[in-house]
Amino acid sequence: MASHYEAPIRKPLVIGDKDYHDVSVDISAPIEGRANRQWWIVFSIALAALLWGIGAIIYTISTGIGTWGLNKTVNWAWDITNFVWWVGIGHAGTLISAVLLLFRQKWRMAINRSAEAMTIFSVIQAGLFPIIHMGRPWLAYWVVPIPNQFGSLWVNFNSPLLWDVFAISTYLSVSLVFWWTGLLPDFAMIRDRAVKPFQKKIYGLVSFGWTGRAKDWQRFEEVSLVLAGLATPLVLSVHTIVSFDFATSVIPGWHTTIFPPYFVAGAIFSGFAMVQTLLIIMRKVSNLEAYITVQHIELMNIVIMVTGSIVGCAYITELFIAWYSGVEYEQYAFLNRATGPYWWAYLLMMSCNVVSPQIMWFKKIRTSIVISFIISIVVNIGMWFERFVIIVTSLHRDYLPSSWTMFSPTYVDIGIFIGTIGFFFVLFLLYARTFPVIAQAEVKSILKSSGSKFKKLRDAGKPLYQMPVEKAGVKEVKKTTAPADNQDGKVSDLLSKLGTFDPAKEKADDLKKVKGIGPKMETTLNQIGIYTFAQVSKMTNIEYDLLDEITGSFPGRAQRDDWAGQAKKLNKNS
Amino acid sequence: MASKVIHAYYNDDDILMQAVKKVKATKHHIEEVFCPFPVHGLDKAMGLAPTRIAITSFMYGVLGLIVAIVMMNYIMIEDWPQDIGGKPSFSYIENMPAFVPIMFEMTVFFAAHLMVITFYLRSRLWPFKKAENPDPRTTDDHFVMEIEVHGDEKTLMDLLKASGAVEINKVEK
Repeated sequence: MASHYEAPIRKPLVIGDKDYHDVSVDISAPIEGRANRQWWIVFSIALAALLWGIGAIIYTISTGIGTWGLNKTVNWAWDITNFVWWVGIGHAGTLISAVLLLFRQKWRMAINRSAEAMTIFSVIQAGLFPIIHMGRPWLAYWVVPIPNQFGSLWVNFNSPLLWDVFAISTYLSVSLVFWWTGLLPDFAMIRDRAVKPFQKKIYGLVSFGWTGRAKDWQRFEEVSLVLAGLATPLVLSVHTIVSFDFATSVIPGWHTTIFPPYFVAGAIFSGFAMVQTLLIIMRKVSNLEAYITVQHIELMNIVIMVTGSIVGCAYITELFIAWYSGVEYEQYAFLNRATGPYWWAYLLMMSCNVVSPQIMWFKKIRTSIVISFIISIVVNIGMWFERFVIIVTSLHRDYLPSSWTMFSPTYVDIGIFIGTIGFFFVLFLLYARTFPVIAQAEVKSILKSSGSKFKKLRDAGKPLYQMPVEKAGVKEVKKTTAPADNQDGKVSDLLSKLGTFDPAKEKADDLKKVKGIGPKMETTLNQIGIYTFAQVSKMTNIEYDLLDEITGSFPGRAQRDDWAGQAKKLNKNS
Repeated sequence: MASKVIHAYYNDDDILMQAVKKVKATKHHIEEVFCPFPVHGLDKAMGLAPTRIAITSFMYGVLGLIVAIVMMNYIMIEDWPQDIGGKPSFSYIENMPAFVPIMFEMTVFFAAHLMVITFYLRSRLWPFKKAENPDPRTTDDHFVMEIEVHGDEKTLMDLLKASGAVEINKVEK
């Protein structure tokens, strides 16, 4: 069909000749399976880091900000560095799902779910820092413009710090809603596959009763498109406003008009690097190599290279403008950054952010998984140092040379930072075990245009589908159906093993008490001639298979629920 | 009176699309189609009206903008005007540049959230809502077309059988 056409030159985005059902199976495998040893090890480390962070936060709040390494000159350091770093990382998710949706980039579908999850988890980490820095976090609601008992005391809408409150809470909540709406059909798929009643209940709850009607899908697609259209300027506004925290001040090194675009490019840069780090591990651990292919890694590397180059241009422009402005304070701030006591941080920032991504010009390197992984971590270290350099080097030598000083973090500063990394990974690891980590409904919708199986068929000039050879028989689904007489042979076979039911001597049991037997299945069983627990309890795998053949519904269901075992217990009780 | 519907199962979106077009051409009413993923062009083929949810989003956005302007005008201009750095706040329009970020954020906030709430309510999606798809396979790899039966049942059945359905169920509702 024409609608599935894609130029043959494009490489398949889903490899391994998957069909629709394979996608469901592969995406739900990590959820239905059990966590392995490595998962538990990494989870324990992350949890330990989180607990240490909680300890450091409690110490800070109960004792005061004096537990940090701040002094009267450097009065903003790791907290704001970490805040900007985490917010920056949080930008790639929306960028991938919104901007790439508007550009109709199909490769986003394998990575958007995890990227959005990463966004939400990292914005949560970012939000912690201003709240901790308030000193009295229980009064955090004072940033909201609410009528209050202090007379006409309102928040200041001229302040970029308040703009931040609005921007980040809008961003977090809209990203969450965007993510969850996309998750509904995928949760529904897991719900309908789930065998255990608890899982069925939970995924039924979180899928909001998604049914997949044509009208729902029509609205779903429109809502996704409009949310993408809204999220795109939103994501750009968030880091723009974060950069205003600095740009609207009068500190040399901060007071620059280049900050908004430069911060946004840096945010995309670090966000993609974090997505790369997480997905390279996840595709391996969750066996998703067929969906997150080397091509995906390569494309992300190209984005990293491009945004890294933009960031590099911004660094050089800053230096040039500082010199060209003729303002000696501005000139000194930048000279001090590069050659002052923090030269090592500046060098680290330059080499990690500007130099290291340039090796991605070589195809061999950007398609190498190991090098991509290393570079993604290097970039995130570099981007942390970028924020550190901007913040601390601009402050530590202020207008008054007698107050010049250095900053050194205390173990509490470090503890809170490590804690947020732990919290982030705790959330992400839990997500990876319980959420559909790939937007499977979307992947299915591009399977015919970009899946390797269908690409091969198209290249061979074959149709993409085959009409079923056998014509479907009509089944009547009614409350009072005649016994399934067409399978008499099998039925008598089954009954000979389980024993027949004699209504004159025995009483029929309520088979619905067996988990996995619903009213429908009970009627079917009754039609076959199975009425008692005693009969069910005699079933073994051979009988289960026979039963599956006769009923044709829920294959394997009886085994998984262990009907025989349940029936044995019920038989004893009754 | 029990009404009867036919559930025709398909295992491919292309076959489904052809079947929908055929059924539509013979003037049968397609009640519903359940799909595991969005099939492009299905809504048009079924004759569904285009969704107006984007228009509601626009209206919610305008509402958000108005709320932001009214709120900041009251707080910053009317209730407690301040003279900050020699720039007194006695006029909303003259002080507007500082209010642009919040005006933008509130517009997006209202447009996004109220649209999604509208979507959830219109498509009847909320926690504890029971799913209504006729078969668990419709979220995996099967498509179900639900057709109401009235009049000539036999020709419809023959049509469905020829259309490539893998399973046809007559269901009493």
